[in-house]
Amino acid sequence: MEMNALKLALGPVLYYWSRETLLQFYDEIARTPVDIVYLGETVCSRRHTLRTDDWFELAERLAQAGKEVVLSTQALLESESDLKILRKLAANGRFLVEANDMGAVRLLASTPFALGPHINLYNPGTLNYLAMLGARRWVAPLEMSRLALQTMQRQRPQRMETEVFAYGRMPLAFSARCFTARHHNLPKDDCQFRCLDYPDGLTLRTREGRPFLTLNGIQTQSAGVYNLICELAGMRVLGVNVVRISPQAHHTEKIIRLFRDCLEGELAPQTAADQMTRLMPGHACDGFWHGRPGLEQVGQGRP
Amino acid sequence: MSPDASMELVCPAGNLPALKAAVDNGADCVYIGFRDGTNARNFAGLNFDAAAAREGLRYAHAQGAKVLLALNTYPQAENWQRWQGALDQAAALGVDAVILADVGLMDYASKTYPGLRLHLSVQGSATNYEAINFFYERFGIRRAVLPRVLALAQVEQVVNHTPVEIELFGFGGLCVMVEGRCALSSYVTGESPNTCGVCSPAKAVRWQQTPQGLESRLNGVLLDRYEDGENAGYPTLCKGRFEVNGDTYYAIEEPASLNAMECLPEMLRMGIKAIKIEGRQRSPAYVAQVTQAWRQAIDACRRAPHDFKVDAAWSESLSKVAEGRQHTLGAYHRPWK
Repeated sequence: MEMNALKLALGPVLYYWSRETLLQFYDEIARTPVDIVYLGETVCSRRHTLRTDDWFELAERLAQAGKEVVLSTQALLESESDLKILRKLAANGRFLVEANDMGAVRLLASTPFALGPHINLYNPGTLNYLAMLGARRWVAPLEMSRLALQTMQRQRPQRMETEVFAYGRMPLAFSARCFTARHHNLPKDDCQFRCLDYPDGLTLRTREGRPFLTLNGIQTQSAGVYNLICELAGMRVLGVNVVRISPQAHHTEKIIRLFRDCLEGELAPQTAADQMTRLMPGHACDGFWHGRPGLEQVGQGRP
Repeated sequence: MSPDASMELVCPAGNLPALKAAVDNGADCVYIGFRDGTNARNFAGLNFDAAAAREGLRYAHAQGAKVLLALNTYPQAENWQRWQGALDQAAALGVDAVILADVGLMDYASKTYPGLRLHLSVQGSATNYEAINFFYERFGIRRAVLPRVLALAQVEQVVNHTPVEIELFGFGGLCVMVEGRCALSSYVTGESPNTCGVCSPAKAVRWQQTPQGLESRLNGVLLDRYEDGENAGYPTLCKGRFEVNGDTYYAIEEPASLNAMECLPEMLRMGIKAIKIEGRQRSPAYVAQVTQAWRQAIDACRRAPHDFKVDAAWSESLSKVAEGRQHTLGAYHRPWK
């Protein structure tokens, strides 16, 4: 099988950071060896330290720095104002858009677009249909195993790029309810933007103190950090085109660098995995990739 | 409101006795699933084989009720044929509609069986009219079941912008997460509603009496611990008590049931075409009781929407069968969010 060059992507920031923090973060990202940058607010419409026009401006800056920029749409769309922002992104005319809802797919159909991790793509029939509508890249669902991906890859539509979420706390669920506001006994409509206090989310533990999940507003993430850095060779064999790193409050640029060094063969994956234990906001896990419960750590890279 | 406004009562059936209970107590539609992972209630001992489905259809049709078949999990890469086979079987049986979530399966259904009525399952995660209209334009869906995330005002916005009939959940177990967008169960057990038709599967549940109390675990993860005399319900993973910043509480959701009966006049006014009762995993007695109460409520509401009041007898019979013995309006009532 042909060995292709794996591109490195930075997913959208899933947390709520201040404007200053976001701008500074992306200034740094512009200097990192990442190929693709996904931008935009995908979690909560109340988050507004950057508005849509600010994201466009940032996109322009990152494009000038040589990055391929993709605009990501919000996963859970409830209100007319959510749809307004969606329409604005879909009609931007400049950058590729990543659809995270079928409503976005409707608006993007017949132009090239990308399919985000929150579109349910579990079989070749669905992927082929969406390719026919213009999809050019797709992110495999988080819970998809390597074996299932292999089947998908065998029947992959022409010109379709495959991306794998390869690093970060996993966005596992969305709700109408805001769990961060709930933690503070605040109604969602008057949440006082408490998410700003938790730049890596709010850890939820079991009653025996084991970190289990991460509350991120209306999104629930894993407490474990998905880390497939030891699986890059296998991804190449499968013909994966892009690996996604999900931003975290600290050390994102170091994580990017470690992935880049592994991709270029300058660092052994196991060495990178060892170095990463000090850089991760939680314990490593990789169960989904191996067809196991997601919270398990079964591959190499076991500490 | 137009006097001929219709609103169907759609009731669950996990087996033939439950189907008969639903029909006998006034369900307009009964929804069922096949006995495998092609539907979102893939539980041991539950659901219909072809013979039972045929008998169910005969029974329902004889009394003027419809049978809807849920094929609402996502066909997996390696065994697409199972879903295609189930769809072929549903068409051959002559069900009144199939309830689908997957785009690929919708494509197959609309091309192969153009006369087959398609409903978009709640597992399809369509929370806005752009998404619903996508399925309408591409596959001709006739009805969409909304995830339990929208406030009533948002529901009305959807109704006003789509030709597709809207079905809402009225009663039963409450998913706090957007249906079709929750992988929490596979994070813990490897099986989720999307992939396997299960959430927090019973085979991964362990109960253990300890000095600290009765513990429920899901694949080893402690979901809750109960003191003596505390009511311990089924350990669905989002309904456990967890610790966040030193507080131990129901951090995601209390073990409560949805009951939106008091919203009936509002739902009828905005043109909701069907009310769905959750619970294919529940007993025929549950189905009978809930169907009867909701039949009476919908009929009363249609007769005199402005004077509609939830009858104490209906509430009482619903409380007896509710999960967790608590009721909530869920997202329909904005402050719940």
